[in-house]
Amino acid sequence: MIRVRQVSHRLGGRLVLDGVDVDLAEQRIGVVGANGSGKSTFARLLNGLVVPDRGSVTLDDLDTRRDGAAVRRRVGFVFTDPDAQIVMPTAAEDVALSLRRRPLSADERAARVADALHRVGLDGFDDRPSHLLSGGEKQLLALASVLVAEPEVLVCDEPTTLLDLRNTRRVLQILLGLPQRLVMVTHDLGTLDDFDRVLVFESGRVVVDAPPREALAAYRALVG
Amino acid sequence: MMTRPALEQPGLYQPGSSVLHRLPAGVKLITLAVLLTVLVVAASPAGVAAGVAGTVAGYALSGVGVRVAVAQVWPLRWFALVLLAVQWWLAGPQQAVVTVGSLVVAVALAGLVTVTTRVSAMLAAFTTAVTPLRRMGVDPERVALLLALGIRAVPLVAGLAAEVRQAHRARGLPLDPRTYGVPLVVRSLRRADSLGEAMAARGLDD
Repeated sequence: MIRVRQVSHRLGGRLVLDGVDVDLAEQRIGVVGANGSGKSTFARLLNGLVVPDRGSVTLDDLDTRRDGAAVRRRVGFVFTDPDAQIVMPTAAEDVALSLRRRPLSADERAARVADALHRVGLDGFDDRPSHLLSGGEKQLLALASVLVAEPEVLVCDEPTTLLDLRNTRRVLQILLGLPQRLVMVTHDLGTLDDFDRVLVFESGRVVVDAPPREALAAYRALVG
Repeated sequence: MMTRPALEQPGLYQPGSSVLHRLPAGVKLITLAVLLTVLVVAASPAGVAAGVAGTVAGYALSGVGVRVAVAQVWPLRWFALVLLAVQWWLAGPQQAVVTVGSLVVAVALAGLVTVTTRVSAMLAAFTTAVTPLRRMGVDPERVALLLALGIRAVPLVAGLAAEVRQAHRARGLPLDPRTYGVPLVVRSLRRADSLGEAMAARGLDD
């Protein structure tokens, strides 16, 4: 379980998280809120990309402040813009990069890379130049590069914001079919119907924490 | 906007199973270094002719096709023409042919290595080569990752530059070094920040 305890955090002098206190144990958790409400910073807390000024974030007995590397091995992160996430020139090489510190044989590595590409529907993309893929394919590649490390929890920060409708559906279908626990920040409220729980952020606070129907109704009322 | 097909981009790995594809990256890089040294030391029309013949044979052996082969040296065309004219005028036709021929052969040979070798294989060869420096505190894998990022930066910055150019055109602005350079630098720095954050998220800095 991820425990976020009394977390406050400032960015550039502005208070972006203010006393956030939640436990995250459900399989599918959605996070919504206006731009600047603190939801992306909250997402980054969960795998230690952001260490809070005050309070703590723990995954089981690991603290992101003390055990950031260990937390990141168990909590994968998918960004909005896959171009910021892809490093290597071909798809297979980029996926394999996530395994660089793992003691695997070349055959094991190749098998895990092929499996990760298969899971996101990118079979046969191994040698495709990664920067020439379409936006949707890049996001799927970014997802494969995270999944190959077999995280227990997947945190996604608006993973479909830059995608068209077809690719949005494709990415969501894959995300919702994963065995991993999922925490997804999104503006696409319609994608959260099947989630277990939705957190609504406003001015750095969790103002609603409820099942999707109730939380989204409250959010819609909040924004008018 | 039309984008060039992948096969015409210089330096991109082209999948294949030729002898050149199967040769270890380290062997190819050492052979390239030796051939370039011989080309420079020989500095003769016969040396350039042999280099051209060997390069053509290499590309034929690799099976990557004529379009890919030409794409490796195509970006040099204007520079090579100017250099040929200047050298012809300053040092005569033989020196001009030797200088420009050596340059084109060198670039084509380097291209032959890159189109038949995965970047990961080159980085692995590099990592092996600098492993002895580990005793001096150098982390070979970290240096290899740095090289990979350098390689990644080329298409990224080229893409950002194209976007800034398009934004100028869309607004009908002339291409001014200030209005072109500032957004390009700012966007490149922001992209570098994002890339660093993403690498941390993937555990690549641990």
